[in-house]
Amino acid sequence: MTRLAGWGGVPAVDARERVGESLAEVCRPASLTRGLGRSYGDASLPPHAGAIVASTRLGDRVLAFDRAAGVLRAEAGFRLSQLEELTRPAGWVSPVVPGTRHVTLGGMVASDIHGKNHHVAGCFGAHVRGLRLQVADGRELETGPDREPELFAATLGGMGLTGHILEVEVALLAIARPWLVIEVEPAPDLAALVARLRAASRAWPYTVAWADALSRGARLGRGIVIKGRWAEPGEAPATSPIHSRVDSRLAVPFNLPSWVLAPASVRIFDELFYRAHCWSAGRRVVHPDRFFHALDSIRDWNRLYGARGFVQHQSVLPVEAGDAHIVRYFETITRHAGASFLTVVKDCGAEGRGLLSFPRPGVSVALDLPMRGAATQALVDALNRHVIETGGRIYLAKDALTRREDFVAMEPRLAAFDAVRRAWDPERRLRSALSVRLLGDPG
Amino acid sequence: MKIAFLGATRGMGRSLARLCAKRGDAVALLGRDPDALARSARDLEVLGAGAVAPVPCDLAAPTGFGPALDAAADALGGLDAVVLSAADFARPAELDADPARAVRLATLNFTHSIAFLEAARVRLLARGGGTLCVFSSVAGDRARKATGIYGSTKAGLSHYAEAVDLRDRPRGLRVVLVKPGFVRTGMTADLPVPPFAGEPEAVARRVLTAIDRGWPVVYAPPIWRVVMLVIRALPRFVMRRVEF
Repeated sequence: MTRLAGWGGVPAVDARERVGESLAEVCRPASLTRGLGRSYGDASLPPHAGAIVASTRLGDRVLAFDRAAGVLRAEAGFRLSQLEELTRPAGWVSPVVPGTRHVTLGGMVASDIHGKNHHVAGCFGAHVRGLRLQVADGRELETGPDREPELFAATLGGMGLTGHILEVEVALLAIARPWLVIEVEPAPDLAALVARLRAASRAWPYTVAWADALSRGARLGRGIVIKGRWAEPGEAPATSPIHSRVDSRLAVPFNLPSWVLAPASVRIFDELFYRAHCWSAGRRVVHPDRFFHALDSIRDWNRLYGARGFVQHQSVLPVEAGDAHIVRYFETITRHAGASFLTVVKDCGAEGRGLLSFPRPGVSVALDLPMRGAATQALVDALNRHVIETGGRIYLAKDALTRREDFVAMEPRLAAFDAVRRAWDPERRLRSALSVRLLGDPG
Repeated sequence: MKIAFLGATRGMGRSLARLCAKRGDAVALLGRDPDALARSARDLEVLGAGAVAPVPCDLAAPTGFGPALDAAADALGGLDAVVLSAADFARPAELDADPARAVRLATLNFTHSIAFLEAARVRLLARGGGTLCVFSSVAGDRARKATGIYGSTKAGLSHYAEAVDLRDRPRGLRVVLVKPGFVRTGMTADLPVPPFAGEPEAVARRVLTAIDRGWPVVYAPPIWRVVMLVIRALPRFVMRRVEF
């Protein structure tokens, strides 16, 4: 038995983790496949204590890399960090990149991850050419946009519940130089932040904003907008320093005491963060890891939250709901004294083909919330009321506390997802702690 | 470098082969599972190996060792180094329950391992030398309650490797004896993870440095050199008491 938890540390379950070089063999008796456990809540946890989880940790071979066409095929455990090391020198990068490099291809598909370029590139699944799946009855089959398209669509963002992902084939993005040109722009309040983010998204492929969720009144939601694009030949050298030089110099050695992230200290952090970026506003060239994976430079940063852990809550509030709703959403956060360490705001583009994929046109707000029991649950419930009211949705890869009835209320696509699962897994052999909590699967 | 591996489709051997591939070495993969060989061969090709040659070879079939090494040398146009990382492993309870299982483990990890290394040794010497890299284990440094048979085969293997180093170093043969501590590979997946557990990639980086520089003995992760120094010094009556 191994104690397993997501990146947030809560909840945790005792499971039997099967590890081995042959993914097909490792997955066969398992109710779920797990990658590096970087989803925050219970998406990568087994349905109950003692259940078998397959780990893709050792199933990470590259099967093909076409350097001319930029298409890569690898086993599901192949990590984004490995992909970047292999393809960047050849002028190719992952078309969609999340905040950390410590994710597997299988996990990127199961969560149908989105990046700072969602408004132009869509989700990761939009670039997936094919998937090799082991479905619930043990059969292996190839799926793709034209092969078993319903199963394929349900697997994108399907949180591993439609089959064990064994192999992933993805079309990469060509770049001229492995460096990022970025521009930082402060915004004095929430309205300015959202407006500048939208304007930025029209001109830049990569955009994101960081908001101070603790300031109240006129400064509510002040923050900075960060814009980026890959450098052109005249702007940067053709080679970039290798990862190991810039990665993980700092580490959090142990769980910090919980008072470290008390509201007062988060407020000080936010103030410093805001001022630091205001000083450095303007255009410059940076290593892509500093832009895409800033938090990877602090190894085990989740320990900042102490032994009680933390949860993330990420939701998208639709464009149609109007900006007034975003203000009310932020007011809810400050009223509950949520003390979010980092609040990330993102402008989302069109919905993808994944049946349960997260993004849709609107504003996405991601919060890190230190786990404080009932108070945190109350905050998540309050945030979810906004989500339901506006017709928005939550990101399953982050969630740990949403209630089933709330999820059902905000997710009209559930019936379509259920139909695919009924067809391929009538006995519900593939389950997770998340599917027991949110989809009503047997525990 | 032209390098042949027995056991590079799994565990630490696989990580080491990938490091070699990334820097453009020519690699021969000796192994028994054709599907695993084919997948690993593709992996190494994509990662940048100068050449990749999959060669069928089974640690359980010693008559195949010589021909497999010859085939590897033919495919790569010579051999500079041979790595043995393949080994058998079973939990003590399995060995207690099945004497044949114990004999098999002892045969593969000692007798057949030495047969393979001898076949490699004479071929490397015939071309003027090279590097013989042997994966033993810290389990061979001191007897423990839990790993009597596995540990004793590794003790024998360490002894053999040291003897070859003493005898053949003047003739150009370098022996690199690897003593891994607990490493999180498929082999140890069912075992409780102790302190100082290592990752296969970190171990592989250290072993490759040892091969390049000709270190005779390498502990990986390095902390195990200190741990084993202490454990080797413990008197027998203490070893009887501790549940190490």
